[in-house]
Amino acid sequence: MALKTFIEAIRETMSEVMRRDEAVILLGEDVGLKGGVFLATDGLFGEFGEDRVIDTPLSESLIIGASIGAAMNGLRPIAEIQFADFIHPAFNQLVSEAARMRYRSNNGFGVPMTVRAPYGGGVHGALYHSQSVEAFFAHVPGLKVVIPSTPYDAAGLLRSAIRDDDPVLFFEHKKMYRSVRGDVPAQEYLVPLGKAAITHPGTQITVIAYGLMAHYALEAADVVAEEGISVEVVDLRTLRPLDKETVLSSVRKTGKCLVVYEDNKFLGYGAEICSIVAEEAFDYLDGPVSRIAGPDVPGVPYNHVLEDWFMVNPEKIADGIRKLAAY
Amino acid sequence: MSTSNLAASVGLTDEDLVGMYRVIATARAVDERMWILNRAGRIPFVISGQGHEGAQAAIAWPLEKRKDWIAPFYRSIATCLTFGMRAQDILTAQYAKAIDLSSGGRQMPGHYGNVANNLVSLSSPVATQMLHAVGIALAAKIRKTGQVAMTSMGEGSSNQGDVHEGLNFAAIHKLPFILCVENNGYAISVPVERQLATPNVADRASGYGIPGVIVDGSDVLACYRAAKEAVDRARRGDGPTLLEAKVIRLTAHSSDDQQTKYRSAEELAALQDKDPLPRFRGELRDAGILTEELEARIAAEVKVEIDEATDFAENAPEPTPDTAMKWVFAEDWPGETPPAWGFGGDHGLEGHAGDTSAAEGAVD
Repeated sequence: MALKTFIEAIRETMSEVMRRDEAVILLGEDVGLKGGVFLATDGLFGEFGEDRVIDTPLSESLIIGASIGAAMNGLRPIAEIQFADFIHPAFNQLVSEAARMRYRSNNGFGVPMTVRAPYGGGVHGALYHSQSVEAFFAHVPGLKVVIPSTPYDAAGLLRSAIRDDDPVLFFEHKKMYRSVRGDVPAQEYLVPLGKAAITHPGTQITVIAYGLMAHYALEAADVVAEEGISVEVVDLRTLRPLDKETVLSSVRKTGKCLVVYEDNKFLGYGAEICSIVAEEAFDYLDGPVSRIAGPDVPGVPYNHVLEDWFMVNPEKIADGIRKLAAY
Repeated sequence: MSTSNLAASVGLTDEDLVGMYRVIATARAVDERMWILNRAGRIPFVISGQGHEGAQAAIAWPLEKRKDWIAPFYRSIATCLTFGMRAQDILTAQYAKAIDLSSGGRQMPGHYGNVANNLVSLSSPVATQMLHAVGIALAAKIRKTGQVAMTSMGEGSSNQGDVHEGLNFAAIHKLPFILCVENNGYAISVPVERQLATPNVADRASGYGIPGVIVDGSDVLACYRAAKEAVDRARRGDGPTLLEAKVIRLTAHSSDDQQTKYRSAEELAALQDKDPLPRFRGELRDAGILTEELEARIAAEVKVEIDEATDFAENAPEPTPDTAMKWVFAEDWPGETPPAWGFGGDHGLEGHAGDTSAAEGAVD
């Protein structure tokens, strides 16, 4: 075991997988000599060369579209989109092409491609360096969506994503890159896609979260524990395919459910979790299925007062827990 | 195997030229059959390649089957036939039957693709396949496979951003890639003057530092020569080519379009003189390659093939709802639940078999 930052776990996993599997290549903007704007690919250009670590022009649709083609011709590309906010020019390639390729060809073609992108706010990134884009893609059958919250999960899930025979979107909260540390085993291990984790067992309220919010949910759980509220935190880890069983069995046990997400509240990813819980655990509920989520404005404002207002934090989550606990 | 002067002039054998002719004739015959089946109410939709077949067969010809790759588009019937698909595979797609090689009946007709023949599955948003072919060429270069990747599309599609992004990247990395633009002068109803500010799509090639080649798409052997040069260039590692074939569109855009609304009777009549099929037939006759007997034999064989393929497609089983949730992913995911109504056949909806209501009033 070694203590690693979130971004170290991601970088070292890519390096290890590329050493083992020649089919894995990396492409994106500034991923080469510079090593990426966050240094997620630092050193890989030197180790694997320009054939396998490819600096692309500023052409996000090309990054994804060419990765789809390369995946159909024997490679396993890892495409980096510099910021999740810049993924939208590639929306058509992801949604019309990558997601639908296997289904529309009746299993003729698959797209074993991993798309990594830093997402999320709280880093003075403003409207276009802070977005949470997971809801757009989790909506689409044919795409897998992963958001890890620990270095251990990031390494294990990234290995699973790269090995997977279908397209996986792997979103990394950029505020966690250097602020989150954790133990990562030296040996190779997998964390399977589609499996949530109970990161804080409890009995009275289930809090469902992912990414940075999974950390904030744990902090909130500790705060309300001192007030006598027992919270069970479910870290989804994979948004789609969703581990419904873990979600539903926790809610059936606690009878209350709070879903936390950083994205705008309206039609955010957590809205679907609320629907599933309302539909499939109704008989067990002792309070309204509730949400703490970002405000419905078109982006995270730059000014620090406004950004703090926007961001969900442990205090806001703790308030949500208290309200729900009062039922 | 004999070699006439005509065949020798392009470095091929007479057998090659007869093979090309057979593909073009088969593509035309299957296309005409599709329209008949549509108007007879047997299939809901047709999108056609008539007028493009000569360029398609000739340009796909120098590529190596089951080694090289083609990302085709919705008019690419002759391209797909050249690369290994059969008339039967085209017609089972028209009927959207379970056995349809391209999609098992999931896609609209015209969305041909087939993994066994290295023909990439395509979607309906145009020009997206450009980047798949570029990525295939990138993998070929990295893996040193010696493969060439080509995509084809109309001049309308060539205005999409993906074309710019793909040509730029392919040129930077000297990828073994060919963009074939089949310019028929119309993006559905919009004439080329309203699509391009320059006379030719190929004029854009200089902006990427690659060759732009213009060829008469009704001149089959000129198309072959140009494509052969582009394939050789790609194979040598000298990078991509933008090949523009000026073709004609003999039919409406699709069975739901009425082209007389935007093309004059004179314009449509003049197209007959440029039809690649009779023109190539005449060249082969003049060269002594296509005797009366051989021509009649090919015509008879093509007719039998199309008739049998039609019967086969007509009688092939439909896909069943219990297969409809398969292949979202490579494996099944228990978490993805089926609809409340399960997989029964009767959903209380009107069937659409033979429904051509969308085309009413649009008949040419």
